[in-house]
Amino acid sequence: MKRFLPLGIFLALALFLGIGLQLNPREIPSPFIGKQAPAFKVAQLNDADKFITPADMRGQVWLLNVWASWCVSCRQEHPVLMALSRQNVVPIVGLNYKDARSDGVNWLRQFGNPYLMSAFDLNGRIGIDYGVYGVPETFVIDKQGVIRLKHVGPVTQELITKKFLPLIKELNRA
Amino acid sequence: MRKFIFACLLVLAGAVQAAPPGSDPELEKRVMAISDELRCLVCQNQTIADSNAELAIDLRNQVREQLVQGKSEQDIVAYMVQRYGDFVLYRPPVNTSTWLLWFGPFALMVGGIILLVRMLRRARAQPEAAPAGDMARAAQLLAAGTNPKETP
Repeated sequence: MKRFLPLGIFLALALFLGIGLQLNPREIPSPFIGKQAPAFKVAQLNDADKFITPADMRGQVWLLNVWASWCVSCRQEHPVLMALSRQNVVPIVGLNYKDARSDGVNWLRQFGNPYLMSAFDLNGRIGIDYGVYGVPETFVIDKQGVIRLKHVGPVTQELITKKFLPLIKELNRA
Repeated sequence: MRKFIFACLLVLAGAVQAAPPGSDPELEKRVMAISDELRCLVCQNQTIADSNAELAIDLRNQVREQLVQGKSEQDIVAYMVQRYGDFVLYRPPVNTSTWLLWFGPFALMVGGIILLVRMLRRARAQPEAAPAGDMARAAQLLAAGTNPKETP
C-alpha cells in the first residue's frame, strides 16, 4: 500500500496539471452573460452623421463583433464573418475599436464588409463598457438586448457551426 | 566623460519614469494606488499600474477621469468589476468560488500536521526492534571490545 503512495501522488498531480494545461487563461468568465448589453450612442464608421445604438437592434438576435484594422486576428476571422453574413441568418454589427476612421473604412473596402453597420469607438470607451480586453471579441445578444454569449479571440467556422448557430436558432425561437 | 553620459542617461530615465499624463502629483498617487489593485487583462500577471499595455493605459486614464469627477475608490473598483468581473481584482475577494483558493493551503497544512503527529505517535508507540541477528552481532562486538569500524 505504502509503495503506491508516491505513484498516487504523482498521478493526482499529473491530473491537476493536465487539466490546468487544457484551460485557456485568456478566457475570463464574462460578468456580462445574462445582463443587458450596455447602452451607447455613437457615430457610424461609414457615415459620421448617422448614429448607432443597441436599442436599434431590439426584437432581433444579433452579433456584436469588436474589430480594428490594426488587429491581426481580425484578419484571420474576417472570412468566417463574411461567410456568416452571406448566410443571412443573423445581423452582425461591428464595433470598430480604437481605429482611425480612414483605416477602418479602407479595411472594409479592401477585404469586404460583413457588417450591417459599424459603430466608431475612437477612444475605446464603448470597448471598456463591454469589458473588451482582446480584440476581436464577439457577443451574441438576444431579442431583449441581453448578452447570451461572449467569445474572445477570432471566431472559427467550427465555433460558428457548433456554438453560435445553435444558440442563435434557439434564441430566435424564444 | 563616461560618467557624464551615464548621469545624463540616469536623468533621462528618471524623466521618462516620472512623466505621467496628469500633472497633479497627489492625483497621480491616488490613480496609482487604485491601479495597483487592478489586474491588467492583457498581461495577466501585472497590475494596470505596472503595465504599459494599451488597455492598461486606457484603464488608468479611466481611473484618473473618475477620480477627477469625485468618485470614490470603491465606486471605481465596482465600475471595473462590473465590466471585467472579479478577475480584474488583483486580490481576489473571498466568496464561494474562491474559498478553496483562500483556505485550501491552510487545509492542506492542517492535514499535513495531523498526518505528521500521527506518524510520530505511531513511531513512538512501537519503536522498531532491530533484527535478532544484528542484536546478537552487536552484543558480540561489544563483548569483544573491538572497534566496529575495523571489522570488514
